Amino acid sequence: MSGRRLASGGLINRAAPVRFAFDGRDFAGFAGDTVASALLANGVGLVGRSFKYHRPRGVFSAGPEEPNALVELRNGTRREPNTKATTAELFAGLVARSQNRWPSLAFDVLAINQLASPIFVAGFYYKTFMWPAVLWEKLYEPLIRRAAGLGKASVETDPDSYEKATAFCDVLVIGSGPAGLMAALTAGRAGARVIVAEEDFPLGGRLLAETYEIDGMPGAAWTAGVEAELRALPNVRIMRRTVVFGVYDGGTYGALERVSDHLAVPPPHQPRQRLWKLVAKRTVLAAGAIERPVVFGGNDRPGVMLASAVRSYANRFGVAAGERIAVFTTGDDGWRTAGDLLAQGVTVAAVIDPRTEVAPAVRALAGGAEVYLGAMVRDAHGAHGLRRIDVVRADGSSVSIAADVLAVSGGWNPTASLATHHGARTEWSDTKLAFLPGKTPPGLAVAGAAAGNFTTAEALADGVRLGNEAAVALGFTATSIAAIRTSDESFAVAPLFHVAAARTKAFVDLQNDVTVKDIALAEREGFRSVEHLKRYTTLGMATDQGKTSNVNGLAIMAELTGRSIPETGSTRSRPPHVPVAIGAFAGLHKGLDFKPTRLPASHGWAVARGAVFVETGQWLRAQWYPQPGETDWLTSVTREVKAVRGGAGICDVSTLGKIALEGPDVGAFLDRVYANMFSTLPVGRARYGLMLREDGIVMDDGTTARLADERFVMSTTTINAGKVMQHLEFCHQVLWPELDLDMVSVTEQWAQFAVAGPSSRQLLQTLFGPGVDLSDAAVPYMAARELQLDSIPARLFRLSFSGELAYEIAVPARFGAALAGALVTAGAGLGVVPYGTEALGVMRVEKGHVAGNELNGTSTAGDLGLGRMLSSKKDFIGRTMAARPGLVDPARPALVGLRPVDRAQRLRAGAHFLARDAKAEAANDAGYMTSVVFSPELGHWIGLGLLANGPQRHGEIIRAYDALRGEDIAVEVVPPVHVDPEGVRLRG
Amino acid sequence: MRNSIFSLALNALSGHKHWQPTWRDAEPRAAYDVIIIGGGGHGLATAHYLAKIYGITNVAVLEKSWIGSGNVGRNTTIVRSNYLLPGNIPFYELSMKLWEGLEQDLNYNAMVSQRGVLNLFHSDGQRDGYVRRGNAMRLHGVDAELLDQAAVRKLYPFLDFDHARFPIQGGLLQKRGGTVRHDAVAWGYAKTASARGVDIVQNCEVRGFIVEDGQVVGVETSRGSIRAGKVGMAVAGASSQVAAMAGLKLPIESHVLQAFVSEGLKPLIPGVITFGAGHFYISQSDKGGLVFGGDIDGYNSYAQRGNLPVVEDVCEGGMALMPMIGRLRLLRSWGGLMDMSMDGSPIIDRTPISGLYLNAGWCYGGFKATPASGLSFAHLLATDTAHETAKAYRLDRFATGHMLDEKGQGAQPNLH
Amino acid sequence: MRIDCPFCGSREIVEFSYLGDAGVQRPAPDAGSVFTDYVYLRDNVAGRHREYWYHGSGCHSWLVVERDTRSHEIFSVDYAHRETVR
Repeated sequence: MSGRRLASGGLINRAAPVRFAFDGRDFAGFAGDTVASALLANGVGLVGRSFKYHRPRGVFSAGPEEPNALVELRNGTRREPNTKATTAELFAGLVARSQNRWPSLAFDVLAINQLASPIFVAGFYYKTFMWPAVLWEKLYEPLIRRAAGLGKASVETDPDSYEKATAFCDVLVIGSGPAGLMAALTAGRAGARVIVAEEDFPLGGRLLAETYEIDGMPGAAWTAGVEAELRALPNVRIMRRTVVFGVYDGGTYGALERVSDHLAVPPPHQPRQRLWKLVAKRTVLAAGAIERPVVFGGNDRPGVMLASAVRSYANRFGVAAGERIAVFTTGDDGWRTAGDLLAQGVTVAAVIDPRTEVAPAVRALAGGAEVYLGAMVRDAHGAHGLRRIDVVRADGSSVSIAADVLAVSGGWNPTASLATHHGARTEWSDTKLAFLPGKTPPGLAVAGAAAGNFTTAEALADGVRLGNEAAVALGFTATSIAAIRTSDESFAVAPLFHVAAARTKAFVDLQNDVTVKDIALAEREGFRSVEHLKRYTTLGMATDQGKTSNVNGLAIMAELTGRSIPETGSTRSRPPHVPVAIGAFAGLHKGLDFKPTRLPASHGWAVARGAVFVETGQWLRAQWYPQPGETDWLTSVTREVKAVRGGAGICDVSTLGKIALEGPDVGAFLDRVYANMFSTLPVGRARYGLMLREDGIVMDDGTTARLADERFVMSTTTINAGKVMQHLEFCHQVLWPELDLDMVSVTEQWAQFAVAGPSSRQLLQTLFGPGVDLSDAAVPYMAARELQLDSIPARLFRLSFSGELAYEIAVPARFGAALAGALVTAGAGLGVVPYGTEALGVMRVEKGHVAGNELNGTSTAGDLGLGRMLSSKKDFIGRTMAARPGLVDPARPALVGLRPVDRAQRLRAGAHFLARDAKAEAANDAGYMTSVVFSPELGHWIGLGLLANGPQRHGEIIRAYDALRGEDIAVEVVPPVHVDPEGVRLRG
Repeated sequence: MRNSIFSLALNALSGHKHWQPTWRDAEPRAAYDVIIIGGGGHGLATAHYLAKIYGITNVAVLEKSWIGSGNVGRNTTIVRSNYLLPGNIPFYELSMKLWEGLEQDLNYNAMVSQRGVLNLFHSDGQRDGYVRRGNAMRLHGVDAELLDQAAVRKLYPFLDFDHARFPIQGGLLQKRGGTVRHDAVAWGYAKTASARGVDIVQNCEVRGFIVEDGQVVGVETSRGSIRAGKVGMAVAGASSQVAAMAGLKLPIESHVLQAFVSEGLKPLIPGVITFGAGHFYISQSDKGGLVFGGDIDGYNSYAQRGNLPVVEDVCEGGMALMPMIGRLRLLRSWGGLMDMSMDGSPIIDRTPISGLYLNAGWCYGGFKATPASGLSFAHLLATDTAHETAKAYRLDRFATGHMLDEKGQGAQPNLH
Repeated sequence: MRIDCPFCGSREIVEFSYLGDAGVQRPAPDAGSVFTDYVYLRDNVAGRHREYWYHGSGCHSWLVVERDTRSHEIFSVDYAHRETVR
């Protein structure tokens, strides 16, 4: 096979040569070329190796259906394996390499697989490699894995960016061939907002590849005229290089725009690709059709191509795919390849058609070339490129014909896969010899070749009709389009899917190396359903998704089983219609932008003080504040805890959820959503509340304060803030809409700080000044006050998580950082320190308070030692279900404190509890350690845990068993409150 | 013919013309001792073990479509037994052991590949949770290893360790976990069950139950009435619909789980990796495709297809974890109907209706459970008692408060 | 999928979260074991399904949506509180 650039013609820009490299060799093409057309123009016929047998392969098609010509495009971090050379636009400096070959494309060691091909039949691996079992992972599988796969991925981070966008329209037109252009034009003229999405880089579809005339103009010129009018319409948007890959619900279409793939690197501030969600009220699918090959012996030889592709290369790219081109066609359409080639001065070796009669006008297309009617191509020969074909006549006689390209046409398969994305299957038409779209997704209509209406005249008419239908359905007035003159092509075709007489290997799926014999074997072994066939042989599962193989495979199975094609099955496809870069689906959500980062108001202030931060859900919180000279976290945290317990500390607790509730029925509402009583809460007081799920398990805890008779503010845990809000809204809107209250999340509206330690009152007194009475009588434990701080509204709660005399003070979020500074200033003489979440956690474990590790979604109130909070005086969410036997079983693990018997030993959360002399096995598993900290107060590690019969076992020595770390240590069971069990300090 | 390299070579000489159907495509008979509704992995495995272990071969597996058309053919092929709760670990470990001997048991290579399953953690709380889990596994005799960040980096240097929103702190590794060629599991079980006399009936849809004196004694199907001593349901996403024919309401919702595969690539990812800060897990098939998935779409669905937001969510997780996959292409997606139970764990139990047995509620865990599910369900059908490892999978556990809630999400199936 | 929120208009599904079957009704406080059915049993129909959705990224309304679980066609959307009162 030796292609060449024709002297004239084509839509390439011959004034703009473009240099590129393939497998290390330099070549020249033109702007407007694809990698495939440029390679063919340079006489490169061998471009890749097949998946299983490593057979030499050449360019087969001129579009996204390409099974063979897959290359690794670009270098280094931008390497793109498995890129279809037939759609990759040429740009200056482009670098491509062939795949799946070693050491070189021309000489590939694994081509030896072909010798073993009698064994490597479909499903061979299910029947062997089983003995001995241990060798599978060690020997067989690595060998198979190395041999399989195609391109090599870069293991470097993709340097380019991707965007996502959404666009809305009245009418989405998919495809810009004759049907699509007319649908867009009619709907656009009617005034509808239209989006035209075209996968290719120019508009026009097959009009660019054919020599048909429309209104007396070549297709490309006519397209340019329509495009100009569309561009002039303000309500029409044209999206080139944009493939619609999926049909989702509610009129949502997924589309990928290749913004910069035709450039060496994306321009500044431009993404490589953009993922679109196109939301359309109506859609016209005008995606055309893909030519169907005929399967015969050696049909994978480089040089065997789709007849329409040979025309595309000649007419659109000005490339003769070979010097001597034979045509094997089962229908009239293939003859046009001969006609077009002859018109360009290319030698046509022969035209072979299994039909015994063709219309004279069709016959005339072959000019003086040899014609074989009632004949078929049986086998193709030529190791690295086609050299000759064996043609067999009806009488059994055969003739060998020299050719370097064979253009094959077996009819057309409509590109209707998008119409099947909602699950409907395609329906076989005996008249069209094609699968046509059946039930389509809501709002989607199919036009032109995609609907099996293959002639240009039909496509134009379909476009006008469906464009108008869509516009009228949306309330626009239909427009009329003057009759368009087209050439009168014919698509008569005979059913021929494979040549049974083939003597050499006949490939159905070129990329996955699935042969006719593989399908026969699948049939013999009972894999007759289309899905079994696909899964057993891998037919249609390669990167081309069987666009040129599924129908042939199905027809061959039908023949083998003596069933009709529709009895055998049909096709449906799933998104994406063409492969889409994973990066495009992710868009900007990667790296540090994977999820939003929520920052409390004091974040900048904490950064300035050198805090170390930790993710808490999406929040970034200060974990500790290392001081000069402190190198390990434990030193810093221990210092912070000591400073708080010895003086005062401040900690930003703004991330806790805050919900404002107002209205006459808030009290009654809280009684129903909390397990304990809230309607009796006096104004100016706060109360700890426990919230259950309806299944009786603890959902969340926090304090709720009554600021005025009908005004409450609730706090939730940081993690559950959203969940609790959603739950409360459900309870109000769905369960009890008759209750008169309103609620709103104010988590981000208020900044809140814990001020803890024996000096905290003094600190706050300094902050508020002598005018505010903060005495224990005025602001007792669990008091809630609304105050002014320099004319700023402030809220003061006397709450303690640390067990010390402590408060929480809240101000509007914009004053949060200022408040942090003011608190430190006010506490300057008192040794105040900022402390982070670690010190907070240490003090809560010292005090035996439960938190996330204990509120794990499976604990009951009883498990956590909070059973007495479940009110018996009222109904509340979860009350009934909390009483189920499994949830009140006294043997359930319940909260205890733990400390190591050898005080020098470190405890580990996640260790399991075993009785002292018990064997380490599941039957003796008595619970696990939920939280551990080093207690500066006690000078050793302490823990909380859930232990079977725990509350009855205080004083017992058990084991904390951590097999993962190889630790097994003796621990003493103690009450959960490790420090100040009487709670003297917090009332100080 | 027994499968081996020798039989393969022998057949090669005769052009592979003598291979027999892998399973008999049976016509339904009038009556069976046991009917299993559902020719998926679980139904076929049940038939295999009923015949092989319990000697019950007068069995029909009724499949409304082609065998293996349900979730056994629509998953991410991962097998593991890294569970947390004592009600679950022994069951999934039994499954793991059965996987380890599957090919020799079936004489069919399902490509059980123990390449290791790594669950990453990104916070102290997550680490504590995985340590709890790993120690529970070890107490049950299951392998588990705790890896620190350096060890994870050594294993998978291409993960994002340095610019991640949620930095990787370490992982819990189960080396015995891995992947299995999913379709082959259905075919292998079908092959051996069929060889032992089980009728595998395709294109046979159950449309009702034959009930006499309050007892199920058979089924009405698209291919006529078939009587049976016992009827077992193993129909995954269709559980509620089939149960409704018997007047039963189940603690189950049907949801769609999407999964994805990339174009084929040379070996890139040796094992199975699960991201801990998003919904994403990934492995690479022997053919070279990256097989990955994430969360369910989240709303009740009987459509075997999902929507775009979940595709985006999964790919976002993928890019956050391994930014090298940006230019690799998502080739194909599929959707399976998950029978999401109310606590995230399965049900293998008798029903309140005599003669009718239930195997359902598999949530995400159905594929890896296939062998143990089949064995336990066969045990229940044969002996009317729960298998030792499946005793917690009672239907009445919701009434008694003995839920098996691994994730602690409560009675909300779409959160499990 | 898109849901036509009665307050906000047509919005993409990512703005909403799902709770499920809206056919269940919370029993009276003393109903006892009926609670098990309320909390755990679901109709799980293949077809028209009335279900709760929450517009958490929008107006915070709880909605009752009637949707076909096979085709995802949406027939109606209304505020849940109206359904409860009705």
